[in-house]
Amino acid sequence: MSAAGTDWRSTGPWDAVVVGGGHNGLVNGAYLARAGLRTLILERRPVVGGAAITEELRPGFQFTTFSYALSLVRPAVIHELDLVRHGFQPLVMPSTFCPMENGDALVLGPDRGENLTEIARHSRRDADAWLQYQHDLTMVSRALQPIVDAAPPDLLDPSPEARAELAALARHLGGLEPKVLNDLVRLLTGSAADFLDHYFETEVLKGWLSASGVIGSRLGPMSPGSGLVLLFMHLGQHDGDLGSWSFHKGGNGGFTQVLARAARAVGAVIATGAEVANVVTAGGRATGVVLADGTEVPARVVVSATDPRTTFTRLVDPGELPAQLVSDLGRYRYQGVSSKVNFALSGLPSFPGLGDGRDHWRGFTNIAPSIEYVERAFDDAKYGWYSTRPFIDCAVQSVLDPDMAPPGRHVLSCFVQYTPYELKGGASWETEREPMADRVQATLAAFFPGFDDLVLQREVVTPLDIEQVAGLPEGNIYHGELLASQLYWFRPALGWARYRTPIEGYYQCGSGTHPGGCITGAPGRLASHAVLADLALRRP
Amino acid sequence: MLRHTPFHSRVAAANQTQLWSHWSGHLVVEQYQLSERWEHAAVRNAVGIFDASPLRKYRITGPGAEGFLARLLARDIRRCAPGQAQYTIWCDDRGFVDEDGVVFRLGPEEFLLTAYDPNLALLAGRAGALPAAAGKVAIEEVTDELGILAVQGPRSLAVLAKLADPELAHLRPFELTAARIGSAEVTISRTGFTGDLGYEVICGAGDAPEVWDRVSEAGRPHGLVPFGQVALLIARIEAGLLLYRVDFQSARRAENDEQRSTPFELGLGWMLAGIDDDSRPFVGRRALLRERDEGRSRWVMMGLAVDQLAYDEAHRAAGVSPPYAFHPVHTEALVYDGAENGDAVGFTCSFVYSPTLQRHIALARLTPGAAVPGRRVALEFTVNHRYVRIGATVARNPLFDPPRRRATPAPLPPGLAP
Repeated sequence: MSAAGTDWRSTGPWDAVVVGGGHNGLVNGAYLARAGLRTLILERRPVVGGAAITEELRPGFQFTTFSYALSLVRPAVIHELDLVRHGFQPLVMPSTFCPMENGDALVLGPDRGENLTEIARHSRRDADAWLQYQHDLTMVSRALQPIVDAAPPDLLDPSPEARAELAALARHLGGLEPKVLNDLVRLLTGSAADFLDHYFETEVLKGWLSASGVIGSRLGPMSPGSGLVLLFMHLGQHDGDLGSWSFHKGGNGGFTQVLARAARAVGAVIATGAEVANVVTAGGRATGVVLADGTEVPARVVVSATDPRTTFTRLVDPGELPAQLVSDLGRYRYQGVSSKVNFALSGLPSFPGLGDGRDHWRGFTNIAPSIEYVERAFDDAKYGWYSTRPFIDCAVQSVLDPDMAPPGRHVLSCFVQYTPYELKGGASWETEREPMADRVQATLAAFFPGFDDLVLQREVVTPLDIEQVAGLPEGNIYHGELLASQLYWFRPALGWARYRTPIEGYYQCGSGTHPGGCITGAPGRLASHAVLADLALRRP
Repeated sequence: MLRHTPFHSRVAAANQTQLWSHWSGHLVVEQYQLSERWEHAAVRNAVGIFDASPLRKYRITGPGAEGFLARLLARDIRRCAPGQAQYTIWCDDRGFVDEDGVVFRLGPEEFLLTAYDPNLALLAGRAGALPAAAGKVAIEEVTDELGILAVQGPRSLAVLAKLADPELAHLRPFELTAARIGSAEVTISRTGFTGDLGYEVICGAGDAPEVWDRVSEAGRPHGLVPFGQVALLIARIEAGLLLYRVDFQSARRAENDEQRSTPFELGLGWMLAGIDDDSRPFVGRRALLRERDEGRSRWVMMGLAVDQLAYDEAHRAAGVSPPYAFHPVHTEALVYDGAENGDAVGFTCSFVYSPTLQRHIALARLTPGAAVPGRRVALEFTVNHRYVRIGATVARNPLFDPPRRRATPAPLPPGLAP
């Protein structure tokens, strides 16, 4: 530990204090430090990473407790923060495995022609549709890249600069091919099911694709709004390939450790076990923070990497904020529906339909054999209960990354929906956690005979755990749902989408700001631009 | 008639794609799996095996062998003790590089030299012309008698130490040891062409299938995959390792001096640390001394790191998805000074998208004035059928150089360290 690491309490005042060492806090702190600001990142827990951590819960077995895959990390963040030098190593998934209830499966891999053959095995018509679907989605995703990488233009600012930004956005959208614009609107407003039905007839293909439209959202694939989430999940890239996903070396905790090294390398100081109680303000300006232990940390600028509810109602007195903002935040929806059930396994699960092969385990394994399967799983959640037969996104990360488990053993990360944060009838996750995980395990055992015999250990992470451990309200993995009404100009609230807050010197950089959740680093990066622009303006 | 390597039965069974290429008259695997990128990723993340058997191999023995090689090779073989190996080159009298290879010193008077092309006439001729070597050097081609299996990647030690010899961890880069894999007597050297932690297993041709089987079996729980030519050639560009007939041409088979290059021009000047030692008048020394002392080098081989964000943006702004060069491009492209409309300052020899470095990279020969680390240059690409220049930064090779490549004792992966 460097001297700065041990002495951070007495080495103020800081130019900038970042509240929360999740991935966006680390990114933001790194950008601020890189610009020359004396920057302190304060993390409540003993490890940085927030919801992107890797924990060795059993000797040699690395569990990705919460977040478990990467795609949306912005290329600008990778290159501007020189992440490769600090160990950035995404292992791009070469396969997707969708087991079916009849024992067959859909397995897609890295080869275009092989995939067409595999899809044609299920439907010859869908092979053509697959190419068109991928093309159409890529065109929309590409059109959105510059929008993801810039702060939303200010709708309310009449200045010529702000008007010019709005005009540039209009020009960009107006310059799209008409079909791309049409597809964009269909995805932003419609359901994943409607969008997919237009292309495909194969249930398992649609089931898999529709599932990406409900990740982290209290939506079924037939709900309007699921098209937007499906699109969001396709906005990332690896090696220039839009929509591709990876496991980071060492899990997503491996990724946030890369960010921490990158932040330290440019001079940021990271303090763990340092919980911020509140932001200190004087005369409408932020002047620093007070820790839960009473330590005062003065700073010119405070940036909150926490979610909007924490940023605006817990770290500061909402009485200091405009009533409209407080009211808007009151209807900002979290309502988490996701859980994780993670396993240490003595061996690779078996799927008789694919024999002894193991190549199909090198990416996501998707338990969502049809749109109806996912929608019925959602039905349970609509009325306040967890799914009888849940949608499960499985990842045996140890197949791609042998560092995740001892030789021959495996870790299986399962993302589970639906498990609503609020259970009906006053039921509690404290009592329902194991029964819920039993359903997950039974579902896995139904697809993978003998699964139960492989289980060495099971970790259950309910929405309540996500809230209490990772600090994400109601267990929503995005710091608030990815609804059209909560994105872009409206994330987290109209008038406050450009990372500033009504309190001068107080900023927001969490996933509750544009462009939203998942591991993108974009809010952290874009918020740093706002901070640095304001500091430059205030300089004499 | 294309020949098979000693590993052919195993290689053929593992080749899922049936994509083959030819290497010195041998059938070799282009890529085993549908994703060449995943084979490359396994080398950087776990462990891969590669059949390097088509390399020519010459056994050079006798009391005059060291003196002969000291005269032939530009790098001083006298500094290579038994149990060590050297990456080396040989030049013509004008100091132009003829070929490169690895020389393994198996004993005081026993060497094994690898090369891409046939060199027997050259070796025998040079030996014959050296009075001191007369009757004291035997040169024999043993290409077909030996198989070479490269075991490369961060888990290569974990696989081989358990299988062959736990003391391998203490082998330094370019050291070798006798070992046993199953019933096969082998030589294991800490060498390879990937720039990663890695080893090469040299075995008798008849033992090759057993070596492959035992290494594969031991490697399975470590994520071992066989990797083909494409993955190797991505890795070697990242590692700044030159490829004969791509990055340089044989001096004696080149058509003019533009095609010829000297060790200094190839970034191999470090091999000539002992050039001032008059006791070793190796072939090409006088010309190389003159080149060095008069500053007559025309080029310097450097690495280029393309501005990937600018590359992506130039395409996106033109309304197209950026094409990534997942397969190495071995055709030459001009390199310009970084200023607007700058003049040409060199040319690329090898170009590829590096998944490890998350950007396109190149090995390029630049004029000495431009060959400065950090210097801004530009590469020309076509975007929507128009030439567009995109920025790149000059860097020293290798562009990718993980500490595990050199660390001794070599590191074991987390959880497996003793």
